[in-house]
Amino acid sequence: MEPSEQKGGGPKERFEVVLAGSGGQGLIVSAMLLCESAIREGRNVVQTQSYGIAARGGLSIAELIIDTEEIIFQQVQKPDIILALTGQAMERFAAFAEKGARVFFDTTGMTDRPGLNFLGFPFTKLAGDLNRTNAATLIALGAMVACTGMVRMDSLISAVRETFPEAAPANIEALGLGEGLVASRLREGAG
Amino acid sequence: MTVFTQGLRYLKEGVTPHMWCPGCGNGIVLSALLRAFEELAYSNEETVVVTGIGCWGKADDYVVTNGFHGTHGRALAFATGMKAFNPRLNVVVLMGDGDAVTIGGNHFIHAARRNIDVTAIVVNNFNFGMTGGQVSATTPLGMATSTTPYTNPERDFDICALADVAGANYVARATPWHGFELEANIREALRKKGFSVVEVMSPCPTHYGKYNRMGTPVEMLRKIREMVLPHEEYARLGPAQKKSYFPTGKLVDRDEPDFNTRYDEVRSRAMKD
Amino acid sequence: MRLVQGNEAIARGALYAGARFYAGYPITPSSEVAEECSVVLPRMGGMYIQMEDEIASIAAVVGASLAGAKAFTATSGPGFSLMQENLGFAVMAEVPCVVVDVQRSGPSTGLATKPSQADVMQVRWGRHGDQAIIALCPASVRECFELTVQAFNFSETYRTPVVLVADEVVAHMRESLRVPEEGELAIIDRKKPSVPPSEYKPFEADEDGVAPLAAYGSPRVFHVSSSMHGPEGFSNNDPANAARKIDRIHRKLDMHRDEIVMTRSFDADDADVLVVAYGITVRASRAAAREARSKGVNAGVLQLQTLWPFADNEIRRAAAGARRVIVPEMNYAGQVAGEVQRVLGPERDIRGVNSYNGQILWPRDILETIMA
Ligand SMILES: Cc1ncc(C[n+]2csc(CCOP(=O)(O)OP(=O)(O)O)c2C)c(N)n1
Ligand code: SF4
Ligand SMILES: [Mg+2]
Repeated sequence: MEPSEQKGGGPKERFEVVLAGSGGQGLIVSAMLLCESAIREGRNVVQTQSYGIAARGGLSIAELIIDTEEIIFQQVQKPDIILALTGQAMERFAAFAEKGARVFFDTTGMTDRPGLNFLGFPFTKLAGDLNRTNAATLIALGAMVACTGMVRMDSLISAVRETFPEAAPANIEALGLGEGLVASRLREGAG
Repeated sequence: MTVFTQGLRYLKEGVTPHMWCPGCGNGIVLSALLRAFEELAYSNEETVVVTGIGCWGKADDYVVTNGFHGTHGRALAFATGMKAFNPRLNVVVLMGDGDAVTIGGNHFIHAARRNIDVTAIVVNNFNFGMTGGQVSATTPLGMATSTTPYTNPERDFDICALADVAGANYVARATPWHGFELEANIREALRKKGFSVVEVMSPCPTHYGKYNRMGTPVEMLRKIREMVLPHEEYARLGPAQKKSYFPTGKLVDRDEPDFNTRYDEVRSRAMKD
Repeated sequence: MRLVQGNEAIARGALYAGARFYAGYPITPSSEVAEECSVVLPRMGGMYIQMEDEIASIAAVVGASLAGAKAFTATSGPGFSLMQENLGFAVMAEVPCVVVDVQRSGPSTGLATKPSQADVMQVRWGRHGDQAIIALCPASVRECFELTVQAFNFSETYRTPVVLVADEVVAHMRESLRVPEEGELAIIDRKKPSVPPSEYKPFEADEDGVAPLAAYGSPRVFHVSSSMHGPEGFSNNDPANAARKIDRIHRKLDMHRDEIVMTRSFDADDADVLVVAYGITVRASRAAAREARSKGVNAGVLQLQTLWPFADNEIRRAAAGARRVIVPEMNYAGQVAGEVQRVLGPERDIRGVNSYNGQILWPRDILETIMA
């Protein structure tokens, strides 16, 4: 699990990201945080969304594209990174794993999936341990960023600080938890 | 020393004779309005006469102040934008009953609720004069018009009651018969901060009078006088008798803060933020 | 650089252009424009007012504009339909103002609130009577900002209403935006009269076809009317006068069409296959054209930033060497395709790519027709 490398060997320049779950899980805010982080790194971003009947808990999707070049078409076409927080979201996006997308998902509510591109972590359970169920998405963000390098962790922390001046410490703690999940998985892998 | 010109100094030159029929109440209402302007020393520059569409809605053509001739029913909405943006303006809105409470009823109740500081002079001639005497929201039940040949099956709005419950600061009813009171009510309405309404029950001998066989213009005006009672007298009537009359005079007089005053409070809260 | 939503960029652009008055009635997908204005305008001493409906909203905007404000409103299909009569008033009385129409699918409530580009003809012809109007159409958050500024500049320069025709996708999408510093973009204010008050006529035009506009409350007393009027603003039913007036409200835009009509070319000049696109569909078109080039077909895109007046000359020029012209748009009838056919003539190969089910057009949809 190294940060993605382009064919040329330099850091990958374009990321197409999907965050999927149900309304109220903070998917759009999370997508915005990733965008704000990428903007700090001087990259271009586009963020779109499709809310089902979001307020009533249907499938809700936030998408973003990060690129060093101009982003022409605004929609995600070939996702590189997917977060599936609900079974419905997983159903919709699981097939992209075969095409090389890394699918992060929540093992709290879903059974594990075989395959190198499925990365399951107990986001919701960990958030519950913190007594902040709504932190699950931020924990996931921490894990995804640590794992993929789509943005730098310090950019993300700075974006969180600016977006939530008051709740920053708790949110940064959640990001750290996610980052830790990846680190310990790596150690397991190495051991 | 300035001489009182009976409002003539606000009358545009070269526009008479006006377009209204002989015996129409509109001319009397306009002259009362212009006298009130003069008594209050309104400047042409800071005054806007806003009209809708209708016979009464033609009145802006005869006035030397700023003028705005809008679309049918929307005069109050245009006026709201003017007054909200420039609170120094005296904004006077002239509407027929069709303009004010038929097509424009929604703007009427919301202008009152918002308490925007404009004055509405509503000439209620119980029908659409301009378009040939059709039924209006103020045509009483059982009356005839060009589109209710078998008489009106619907009940009418009481314009003053509507303005009252919707929150206007000042509401009065008058008729062209009572010229002095009419002018006094208009003057008070113009002076009042907040939404103010003067309803003028007025003859349209050409249509409403004709369809309901109300006789000559003078006879029609007398019939209107007989429909109304000063509100002090009206108050003494029993419930059954009250149904036969409309009260006239000053019916509502409140001093609730107007929209611009309230919005200034919003601004200072926003600026502290 | 900041991450900004299209609707927010529209509101920011309006404020940058000097707008200080907003009247509206909320409707998705335009509501964020109202929300942003309700926060920012009172802080700047301006005003946000929520009216009882869209009829009243555009009326209040017209009233405020005549009282001297740069004023605007934002809405979507159902509300835009309600605004037509008083938008016609603004055309007739030559009142500068900006209306933002964030298109959503119809007819009626339709697929609320899925994207669409089916208001193109309503923007042009939605009101009764002869009409002249300017309409601009953004394809990115940056254009949401810049074309809103431009919309105000045009409306002030030509004393005319301008419609900013956005769509649900561009309005809700977020991109990085650098808000220009004060002074970076030109801001134009309406021409004020210089003649003495006694000589002022609110509809007496200068050489450029535009009459200076006073404000209610200023020393120049004036009258405006929805009825046909002469230079003084009072009713005038003389046929010669009416012809002059209707002529002039068209001519004042025709005379300046080269400044008003804005297009962008993306490899359009040497294109064998020309895609004419507007709004969000420009992006799928550009992606498709680029892919076609990698497959050996010389495709290019002409973006219409100005929808009305229509880009007749620019399209004629760009299409001169093209064997095929494609017009992708989110409406059934091909509202812009029909105009392109009118411009290029019936013998030209013009193909529409149309989506009318609330789904956007994708590059593959357009590529198929390029390669066909
Ligand atoms: C939208 C619209 N519908 C209808 C008309 C036609 N119209 C003109 S004036 C009028 C009614 C006028 O009645 P009222 O407001 O009572 O004024 P009056 O002529 O009685 O003074 C109507 C229906 C119009 N001008 N606009
Ligand atoms: S039609 Fe009626 S309201 Fe109109 S001018 Fe004649 S009398 Fe007056
Ligand atoms: Mg009437």
